[in-house]
Amino acid sequence: MTTTVASVGQTNKAGLTKNDYRGLPSTLCQGCGHNSIASQIIAACYELDIVPEEIIKMSGIGCSSKSPAYFLNRSFGFNGLHGRMSSLATGAMFGDKSLKVLGVSGDGDTASIGMGGFKHMMRRNAPIVYIVENNGVYGLTKGQFSATAEVGLNLKHQGINQYMPVDICMEALASSATFVARSFAGDPKQVKELLKAAFSHHGVAILDIISPCVTFNNEENALHSYTWGKDHEEPLHEISYVPKLAEIILDGEFPEGAVREVTMHDGSTVVLKKLEKDYDPTDKANAYQILENAQKNNWLVTGLIYIDTHKPALTDIYNLVDTPLNRLEEKDIRPARETIDKINAMMF
Amino acid sequence: MPNKKIVNDFSITIGTVNGSGSQTANVTLLRALFKMGIPVSGKNLFPSNIQGLPTWYTIRVSKEGFIARRDEQEIVVEMNPASFQRDLESVSPGGAFFYADDIKLPVTRTDISVYPMPVKQMAKAAQVSPNLRDYIANMVYVGVLAQMIGIDMEKIKQALDFHFKGKAAAIDSNFNVIQAGAEWAAQNLKKTDPYFVESMDATKGYVMADGNTAAALGAIYGGVQFAAWYPITPASSLAEALNLYLPRLRKTADGKQTYTVLQAEDELAALGMAIGAGWGGLRAMTSTSGPGISLMSEFAGLAYQAEIPVVVWDIQRIGPSTGLPTRTAQGDVTETYFLSHGDTQNIILFPGSVQECFEFGWKAFDIAERMQMPVFVLSDLDLGMNQWMTKPFEYPDSPMDRGKVLWEKDLEKLNGVWARYRDVDSDGIPYRTVPGNRNPAAAWFARGTGHDEYTRYSEDAETWESNMLRLKKKYETARRLVPKPVIRNTKGATIGIIAFGSTEPAVEEARELLKQDGGPKTDSLRLRALPCTSEVLAFIKKHERVYIVEANRDGQLRQILTTVVPPEQAGKFRSVCHSDGLPLTAGWVKDAILAQEKKNK
Repeated sequence: MTTTVASVGQTNKAGLTKNDYRGLPSTLCQGCGHNSIASQIIAACYELDIVPEEIIKMSGIGCSSKSPAYFLNRSFGFNGLHGRMSSLATGAMFGDKSLKVLGVSGDGDTASIGMGGFKHMMRRNAPIVYIVENNGVYGLTKGQFSATAEVGLNLKHQGINQYMPVDICMEALASSATFVARSFAGDPKQVKELLKAAFSHHGVAILDIISPCVTFNNEENALHSYTWGKDHEEPLHEISYVPKLAEIILDGEFPEGAVREVTMHDGSTVVLKKLEKDYDPTDKANAYQILENAQKNNWLVTGLIYIDTHKPALTDIYNLVDTPLNRLEEKDIRPARETIDKINAMMF
Repeated sequence: MPNKKIVNDFSITIGTVNGSGSQTANVTLLRALFKMGIPVSGKNLFPSNIQGLPTWYTIRVSKEGFIARRDEQEIVVEMNPASFQRDLESVSPGGAFFYADDIKLPVTRTDISVYPMPVKQMAKAAQVSPNLRDYIANMVYVGVLAQMIGIDMEKIKQALDFHFKGKAAAIDSNFNVIQAGAEWAAQNLKKTDPYFVESMDATKGYVMADGNTAAALGAIYGGVQFAAWYPITPASSLAEALNLYLPRLRKTADGKQTYTVLQAEDELAALGMAIGAGWGGLRAMTSTSGPGISLMSEFAGLAYQAEIPVVVWDIQRIGPSTGLPTRTAQGDVTETYFLSHGDTQNIILFPGSVQECFEFGWKAFDIAERMQMPVFVLSDLDLGMNQWMTKPFEYPDSPMDRGKVLWEKDLEKLNGVWARYRDVDSDGIPYRTVPGNRNPAAAWFARGTGHDEYTRYSEDAETWESNMLRLKKKYETARRLVPKPVIRNTKGATIGIIAFGSTEPAVEEARELLKQDGGPKTDSLRLRALPCTSEVLAFIKKHERVYIVEANRDGQLRQILTTVVPPEQAGKFRSVCHSDGLPLTAGWVKDAILAQEKKNK
């Protein structure tokens, strides 16, 4: 509905400028982690040369779920109900299965009210890039604990949290998600590379991104704060995304075994440069172990925690026609007149 | 032999244990009678249980074509000791009581004919594996009954052939037991009751089917592209029928699907998925019952507010709460009409027959897509799960109406200038685009929050209210689109009866009974949709008193109609409502109307 402004400046392979990927001005707080993630979504989609019309944006309710208005203006969006993005997205992806689905949710939306749907979406391997902008707190309702808040977190007006937190990546592993990553809004480069990898994944891609709430939960010692994140981030690897057909060029010389490459469904490659220790993200037991260790040792483990590129995605298992379902015409979806007699004959 | 034969005008009730396989026997009887050309109805009164509790099946034969449930039962067949006493007492005086003779309980009635049957013995003698013995035992009563009331054995064979899909071994083993039962009865029982069936020619041009199958088939001919559902009695068989018939009717030549059916994790997700698919441009639906509708409330409001087409079948069962999961009612009218918080008003269709379940199966999509809002189709357990004789399904008589959808070429013509929620045509219905439209001006942002015409978030008071008023105007447009009522007039009648859904046979029979009993002449109107069309308002206006018949406690439709007619008109309404989990009977409807008519005199 928005009139397109003639593109100026640099264009990508889709012939679009970065402007074509922007949204309305953000109404979130200055410094909110979600704004930083929105910028990386714009950058990733621009760099991936995705046409905005080929993405649908889905969200639930909450600060994070408002953010799809702040990027990809030219993409269809659906800001649905609290905790119900999973089901809306699951239905929506059948309209035209060639579209990419980008879901943005929060920790309240995903790990509390929407936990059931979230887990079922994952076990079906619904093809979606599902971002949890995780800040441990309810923002729009003014600072209540969320289900990812750590034990002992002390919030103004709320007191001290007594309950164990939900670990979204752990839930994702347990629900057979095929792409599980964690990142930190304060590490935009990694967010962007993970997003690109996620967009190339054919199946459910969960990105649990610690995204500090500057208004209600950003005290230095809080696990979802900028300071804590910066001090405790333990990247599993240095991740870079290499599009299909591009030559993989890495800076410097690397000894054998220092780099892992994961070939994605669309032919692109995710290159994982080894840091202190080697980490194999295709080994699920490893993934559980690293999350367990992270919890014990107070690390903010980031990077690609787990990936399985072999499982069929939800939209693959139905043997659907190639034409998008929403472009089928009456002749394609109403059985021919002569079938009605056969159907009546099948009755008694 | 009795003095006077009573032919093709009585009811049979069969008391069995649920999970014992009696359904095959009962449906075989029903189908054989139907094939004899006798108007017939069958109703399964079953427990919410897998195995071991009492269950009943009632069959009514009516040469006059009345197929509503009756309170009286002239013939009772008893296979269950647990319900023996109660069922024995229920036999009409002069009726017949058949029972399995291994039930060692006293037969205390002397005013009826009593026929013990050696069921166990005959099942043992049958040449079947021991694990099938209990199932086959039910065929003994089929044979005995066939012999004693005169059911054509050839028709029984046809019924078995249909049930077992032509599998000779199954047909023969069952038929052999039926024949043995019939022969035993011929040699050992002396007929002392007056009840007989005789072949007629009154079922020609009819088929037998259940409403849930019809609804699924109708949806398939309506081009359903996405269905999400969660198991619930009595709606599960609708989605299962989609799974059965879609592969036969809606695969391409190379075997690809033009549809998706997905079993969701709960009813919230089922409607959520359907709304997602509806937004995605698909003909999307879900099917459920009352408890599922309650869970869907928030999503229903989203579809109303964001204007997403979706079809929701509610196969009603009696509530509130879990209620009686296997008993029928028309108790979700108020709930679905206003479903969701705030000012929400939904469209409801009321199919009144199996054939109409088919018709509304496709029509509901046309209305939902034209109106861009949820359409609820209210069937019930009686209509949905029982076998009914019905006119054959008719191929849709109008092309699909996909509503106001703009594709790339449409937007090009408009130079990309359009607004998602603008009332361009003064009917309250805006234009929409669907994801996948590649025009750069196609996208819009669906939301349940306040929005302006361009779908931008807005808290502006005037913007909010004008949008809500447009939605109200849009709902008014629905009056012109929904199915009109079926009206049956009698010359000189001043009394009107309004009913809807599965109570039609009881209401039409009650009108005949009123005539016979010297009651008032009546006109009837079977409501087929909400909002009411102008014909409904005219009908109310025309009559002195209007009886509103419904199978719920509070007269829900009457309450709703009271809000849509002028106050002086509402004074004409008389509630005829009753809800005990069983389908209404004509006798009860007649008595309830007569009782209130007396008060008026």
